[in-house]
Formats: sequence, structure tokens, C-alpha cells
Amino acid sequence: MEQILRNILDNDFFVYGIMGIVPLVWIVPYALFAIWLERKISAHMQDRLGPMRTGGWHGWSQTIADMLKLLQKEDIIPAAADKTLFNIAPYIIFVSAYAAYAVIPFSSGFIGADINVGIFYIIAVTSLAVVGILMGGWASNNKWSLLGAMRATAQIVSYEIPSVLAVLAVVMIAGTLSLQEINNLQTGWFWNWFVFQKFPFVFVAFIIYFVASLAEVNRVPFDIPEAESELVAGYVTEYSGMKFAMFMFAEFVNMFAVSAVAATLFFGGWNSPFGEFLSGPIWGVFWFLSKGMMLVSVQMWLRWTLPRLRVDQLMYVSWKVLTPWAFACVIAVGFWMML
Amino acid sequence: MNLVDIIFYFFALITLVSAAITVYSRNIIYSAFSLLFTFFGVAGIYVLLNADFIAVAQILIYVGGILMLLVFGVMLTHKVINVEIKTGILNVVPGSIITAIIGGTLCGVFVVTDWFIVEGVPPIKSTTTEIGTMFMTKYLLPFEIASVVLLVALIGAAYIARRDKSKNQSA
Repeated sequence: MEQILRNILDNDFFVYGIMGIVPLVWIVPYALFAIWLERKISAHMQDRLGPMRTGGWHGWSQTIADMLKLLQKEDIIPAAADKTLFNIAPYIIFVSAYAAYAVIPFSSGFIGADINVGIFYIIAVTSLAVVGILMGGWASNNKWSLLGAMRATAQIVSYEIPSVLAVLAVVMIAGTLSLQEINNLQTGWFWNWFVFQKFPFVFVAFIIYFVASLAEVNRVPFDIPEAESELVAGYVTEYSGMKFAMFMFAEFVNMFAVSAVAATLFFGGWNSPFGEFLSGPIWGVFWFLSKGMMLVSVQMWLRWTLPRLRVDQLMYVSWKVLTPWAFACVIAVGFWMML
Repeated sequence: MNLVDIIFYFFALITLVSAAITVYSRNIIYSAFSLLFTFFGVAGIYVLLNADFIAVAQILIYVGGILMLLVFGVMLTHKVINVEIKTGILNVVPGSIITAIIGGTLCGVFVVTDWFIVEGVPPIKSTTTEIGTMFMTKYLLPFEIASVVLLVALIGAAYIARRDKSKNQSA
């Protein structure tokens, strides 16, 4: 894709600019659709109908209407808030969520930047979100916001460790950090996917990664930073209008980002599950997005099924359950590689 | 001026401006948060120098770890805003003399040095492989010593955290 653009435009600025905007073409409709889907899924799980009126068929344009409403809302900044940091925080959170898309391979023909340290880069930039959360929580000058931000930070920092160890199991098999090369190694039928390699260690690593990624994007059962029954809305309590929308948008962007990473590392990314059947750069986008959306749906399914963990249980799960198991996986895969 | 130059000046500007805010800001929390942009700018310059692994490690360690610790530390202090950072004793004359000497030396070195400019070197394809190989062969001893030091720090941290807890329970 980069080569085609270069042939047409012959200007570095425009080529890189367009390459940077391409993921947005997917993310914006995805976020609008996913918010509606989440409401529908929750409604059906609770034996309700959910939004039904806006747009005709099953209220499909409800989120578009919501977005238009949020755009027109007054931008309220609390009088005692720190205005500069309060205004910057939503952007930092969104930037950290979007920056991950720079190295996610959407197909064999499209990747923002095929850098050699791809997965390592994703782990690093997603940790920037913590700064944004803490900034927003502190600047709001509200105890719920600050408590929510503190919880979010503690949670994200702790769960980074098991998720990185789970990723390490895959990296050891692949022998590379580049996501495009990891994809290339999984070409062929679905039993070539890393999740079925060195069975069951990588499968366990996938489960660990998925659980830890739920915590990193603050989804149920790890949504104590915005536990509405105790903290109103956590670090987003004081935000309204478009800034609230930015937080919401960043959350959904992050949900897809972690799912995309899981799909790439464990489920072959853009590879077709059936060998040569429907493979190629264009179908690659289809397979990649379906795998990603599949995992996003699982996240939604879990959200409306499980109760929320307590703070101490949260730390227990990270440090005493996930981390030792992740270490066991890494060591087992390492020994298996030496055999 | 090509694209690389523009990107370099962009990152240099981010680094310098945010570093200046870190130093001169009256509000200690602004200092802590503007360090984020300093680290980010330095990481960008690392990328321009073909050191992709170091750039990412810079963000992961400094932003994800050290900056977090700093911000937490700042938030847990009593007065965050309007705290008087000035010390009581202010030696203007000796201070400015020393600063002028250091600044002059740095500027002199910058001007006098015959800078080693590398041109037309093909970018290294895989920095991680090179770094890994070097760690396991040439720099094995420093690497192992660093890992032992980190392990000691980890055990020490865990020990300090545990001791406090048991004291509270017995009291």
C-alpha cells in the first residue's frame, strides 16, 4: 500500500500523512458501531430490547445521534479544576490508544510502519495512557476522579507484567518482535496459528494475555477504576460533552487494539484459517478485522456476564495467579524450544 | 531542509520547551507532567538515530515506570500547588559564575570539537538481534551484574513493603 501511494503521490509528507490516517477509516465507524453493539448485547443478555427507535432498523443510528448530541453540548470545566491538564488529558489518552495502530498489520499489504520492535512498541505506547488517566483524574479536583485514576494506574501497571510475559512466550517461538513477520510465520491452515503451537502452553499464555488485556483497558471484571456504584464514573466523572466522548472513544479504540494484538500474536492475524482459501491482501483485511471483532465481542460478552472484582482480589489475580502462570508458560515454552 | 531535518527540529523543540517548563514551572505537578514530553522528544530523536529499541525502551521505562513513580510521589506530597520551591539561601554571584563557566565550557566544546559525521550508512535491519547477541557474548558480565542488582532491588522492595505490614499487625 505504501508503494502504491508513493507511485501516485511522490511526496513523503502526503504518503506518510495518508498512511497515518488510514486506521481512522476503520476505527471511527467501528467505535460508533461497537457502542451500539455493546448496548444491544447488554440489552439482549438482560432480556431487554435496547435502543430501538433511532434510524429505523433496531435503532442502528443511536450512537450517531448520541455523538451529535455530545458535539453540541456545553464544555463544562469545573471551577476548581486545573484547566490546562484537564484539557490535555483526553488527547493523551486518545493518542496513546491510536499510536498502537501504527504497527498493527491490517493485512499483508498494509501496516503503518513495519518496524522491527513492533510488539515492544505497542507495549510501550499503551502505557502512556496511564499518564493521561492520572492527569485527568488529578486535574478534575474531585476525590472520585482521583481515586479512580489511582486505581486505574495501579491496575494497568500491575497487569502489564503478566501480559508482557504472555507475549514473550509467542516472541520466543517467533524469534522476532515485528508483527508482520509474526504473521508471516503463521501462514497456512489454522493449526499453524501460534495459539495451537506448543500446546497447551501458548494457549494458556493467550488466556493470560486476554485476561490481562481486559484489565489494561479497564473492562469488566476489572472496571473498578470507574465502578459506578462506588466512584460515580472514576476518572471521567467531571468530563462532559466532547471530552467525555474522547474517553469513551479511546476505550473502544483500546479494546480493538488489544484484540488486534491478540489476533495477530495468537490467531494468525490476516492469515486465512483455510490455507489459500480467500487469502491475499484484500481478504487479509477481512480476516484480520473478523478476528479482532470476534475478540471484542468476547470482551462485551464477559462484561455483561461477570461481576466486578474487589481491589484486593484484583491485585491477587495479577500477582499470585496470572504472573506465576505466565512465568511457567515462558519457562515451559523455552524448554520445549530447546528440545 | 528535508523531512528528517524537520522531524529532528520538531522533536528537539518538544524536548527543549518541555524541559524548560520542567525546570521553571512554579507548579510542581506541571514539572512532573512536562517531563513526559521531554522523554517523548528524546525517544523521537533516538528513532531518528536508528536506535528503535532504545527509543521504545526509553518510553517504556521512563514514561511507564519512572514518571509514574514521580507523579505518584508528587501527588502524595502535602501541598502540590503554590509550594515555595526557592531555597532560603540564594548565592546569586557564585551561582551565576559557576553557571557561566559550565555553559561556556559546553558551548566551547560544541564549537571546537571536530564532530564525527557518519553519512550513507545503511540502516541496521534488526537492532534487537544485534543487542541480544552483544549482551550474550561481549557484554555478558555487565549484563549479569545489572540483572543481579535489579533482583536485589526487587527483593529489597518486597522486604520493606512486608516489614511495614507485620509491624502494624503486631501493634
